[in-house]
Amino acid sequence: MASLTINGRTYEIDAEPDTPLLWAIRENAGLTGTKYGCGVAQCGACTVHVDGQQVRSCSMALSEAIGKQITTIEGLASEGAVHKVQQAWIDHDVPQCGYCQSGMIMAVAALLETVPQPTDEDIDLAITNICRCGTFQQVREAIHAAASA
Amino acid sequence: MGHAPQLNRRSFVLGTAAIGSGLALGIPFGGPTAVYAADGTPEVNAWVVIRPDETVVVRIARSEMGQGTLTGLAQLVAEELECDWSKVTTEYPTPGQSVARKRVWGDFSTGGSRGVRTSHDYVRKGGAAARLMLIQAAANEWAAPVSECATSKGVITHVPSGRTITYGKVAEAAAKLQPPADVKLKDPKDWTIAGKPLKRLDTVEKTNGKMVYGADIKLPGMLNAAIKDCPVFGGTLKSFDDSKILGMKGVKKVVRVGDSAVAVVADTWWHAKSALEAMPVVWDDGKNASVSSESIAKWLQEGLDAAQPAFVGNKAGDVKAAFAGAAKTVEAVYAYPYQNHATMEPMNATVLYTEEKCEVWTGTQNGEAVFAAAVEASGLPSDKCEVYKIMPGGGFGRRGMTDYVRQAVAIAKQMPGTPIKLMWSREEDMLHGRYHPITQSKLVGAFDADNNLIGLHMRISGQSILASVRPEGMQNGMDPVTFQGLNASGEAAIGYTVPNLLIDHSMRNPHVPPGFWRGVNVNQNAIYLESFMDELAHSVGQDPLEFRRKLMTKHPKHLAVLNAVAERIGWTTPAPQGVFRGICQHMGFGSYVAAATEISVTGGNKIKIHRIVAATDPGYAVNPWQIDRQIAGSFVYGLSALFYGECTVKGGRIEQENFDTYQSMTMKEMPKVESILMPSGGFWGGVGEPTICVAAPAVLNAYFAATGKRIRSVPLKNHDIIFA
Repeated sequence: MASLTINGRTYEIDAEPDTPLLWAIRENAGLTGTKYGCGVAQCGACTVHVDGQQVRSCSMALSEAIGKQITTIEGLASEGAVHKVQQAWIDHDVPQCGYCQSGMIMAVAALLETVPQPTDEDIDLAITNICRCGTFQQVREAIHAAASA
Repeated sequence: MGHAPQLNRRSFVLGTAAIGSGLALGIPFGGPTAVYAADGTPEVNAWVVIRPDETVVVRIARSEMGQGTLTGLAQLVAEELECDWSKVTTEYPTPGQSVARKRVWGDFSTGGSRGVRTSHDYVRKGGAAARLMLIQAAANEWAAPVSECATSKGVITHVPSGRTITYGKVAEAAAKLQPPADVKLKDPKDWTIAGKPLKRLDTVEKTNGKMVYGADIKLPGMLNAAIKDCPVFGGTLKSFDDSKILGMKGVKKVVRVGDSAVAVVADTWWHAKSALEAMPVVWDDGKNASVSSESIAKWLQEGLDAAQPAFVGNKAGDVKAAFAGAAKTVEAVYAYPYQNHATMEPMNATVLYTEEKCEVWTGTQNGEAVFAAAVEASGLPSDKCEVYKIMPGGGFGRRGMTDYVRQAVAIAKQMPGTPIKLMWSREEDMLHGRYHPITQSKLVGAFDADNNLIGLHMRISGQSILASVRPEGMQNGMDPVTFQGLNASGEAAIGYTVPNLLIDHSMRNPHVPPGFWRGVNVNQNAIYLESFMDELAHSVGQDPLEFRRKLMTKHPKHLAVLNAVAERIGWTTPAPQGVFRGICQHMGFGSYVAAATEISVTGGNKIKIHRIVAATDPGYAVNPWQIDRQIAGSFVYGLSALFYGECTVKGGRIEQENFDTYQSMTMKEMPKVESILMPSGGFWGGVGEPTICVAAPAVLNAYFAATGKRIRSVPLKNHDIIFA
């Protein structure tokens, strides 16, 4: 039994220490907004924040996350107010199928914490999530909109 | 906006285990029969339910998978209904209900960019009929003639008296009326909801983690299954040693699935998958174990010149005679590989089977096909089966197939009463795709002494999709879908007139299972024909645009989109220093499309795409905003395929198992797409797929302009050509 702090709440997780954080979040904590896409840190659908840093949770062991602040897409909005990245996503109608978008939004939210006004080059380097629907054009627009919000 | 209470309700329904509650129940109600929705509200008709609080529920039979069809269809119904768009929400009828009501919702299949273009007529009539019934109900209440009533935004007005009443107030009375025998649809030029750039109805839940995908389904007592099917297609499962894993934490059962697969069922999917990885499994690879990409390529190559059998897709004049009398001929051979759909969400389905009922929850492009699969795999009669469509994390054609559903039913049948969620790993998804078919093409063009193109023979050698997926669609042994974009007429017609033309197919079907892959056969047909048109133009020293135009005088719609991209890219003005242009056009899924690019190439192999201009004429545009997104997204799909996409075969199986070896584009590679939407009216074309096919040839032609090198096989990574 391990104790994880997710979105400010404590979850007692009955899983082996080497269980990927992704599966602890989805299956043990029951927060399914974080998605499985590849399991090998290639696609970014599982991106969450661990102590404010973007992490591909499929490739971090549950044991490494103990004692840290984990934020998932469900916890990005604070006090019911949507995060500016979520708002920009809604304003720009970014998602298509939407499956990769939790990870995309979490990656962008982390980027804006460290680079509040990213250039296109900053975006290219930081946002490496795969989206097979191909929402990148709207993702870029929405990032710039969120940065100036 | 952001209405999706239907989805919230579904998750509520799932969460409370009130599974299988019907969407609508036929309840006799005095004279004409009113049909009641699950919440007790009577339907105005099958397409429209209006609740007392004025919420307008539009039923959508086709599947939303990101392409925006759900919103577009709702717009079409709302347009004719003249309701308040801000009150519109949607829900999916279930396939079981549709079958029970004599397919009142028509075809559920969502592929071939057909979602809107083949159901616009009857869904609009559904909206229009509902409006007439609402007006009639109001007129009855007022004892006034219908002709004195008008509607706007969900309000009916008796014009002479100025009295008004809302749809929600008369919906119940309207539900009891006879539907009108005939309805007149609006002229699209009068549209105020359809044709407008409205936001999607399903966005908010996709930004906060609340959207429920198939992989997220939770049912009380549910167990999770991971599966391995024999990696060699056609091979079988010989044996497995479950004694090694039955003691592992959470593992409940190990089950054989058909002749070729084994699944581990556990409390969590992670436990199931980990145990499956640890279990010794022995396969019988069977007779396909010696097949490789090389052996397939050799077989297809033989088909390029094989005399018979060759199926003719398009023919004019006499190419043999034209070649015999030609002043000059030009020849080239092209090839296109297997590709995986690689939806972001791997295949999955959740099934609850008992001896009395089989229920399926899954993301699918074809609810009715899943329903038929559930009936067949469960062995239960159709009135004992039901399917609940869940948002799929991508479809692209893959989720039109039902293989994963059949597996899930087969597992659930071995554990009656326990809901089973089967989810594939990414590796399983890569190894058991329904791949973009593999083909090669040999093209020969003939010129007369004045450099006029007098003959063209295009031979396609390779795989038929229909022969594998839908053999009943074959025509005299021929697969007509092979000739997408090359036909003499119809929804996928060639845009050129060549006096002596022969386009034929030597069908060769390797054992790797093919499927409809977003864009289907226009993807390679456009590369073959549009690259070769460029080759022909250059071979006689003509401008590629002018060369095409001369052959397109009888194809004004093809020509119009080509001209549009030429004008926008500035074809007749010099490109910036070091920048080179490519252009192409094609037709597919009822729409005319063209693209032009500007690229630069450094070191001979690093491509920077500076501009992409894409034009589409889909006849009518139901939602320009969403069409723009489909066009931009289609370039991601098409350019990912061009630069990276290839599934190779070794030992009878696919070699690529994940995104590290099957790459897909990311932000840094995405050029800005300037889309030109130019609906000319009078026909209904699709928008989800057509522009994919012009992505690659536009870049390949620009690459030739930049380097003088003609690339005739994809992906570009095999030529060491990469994104700059």
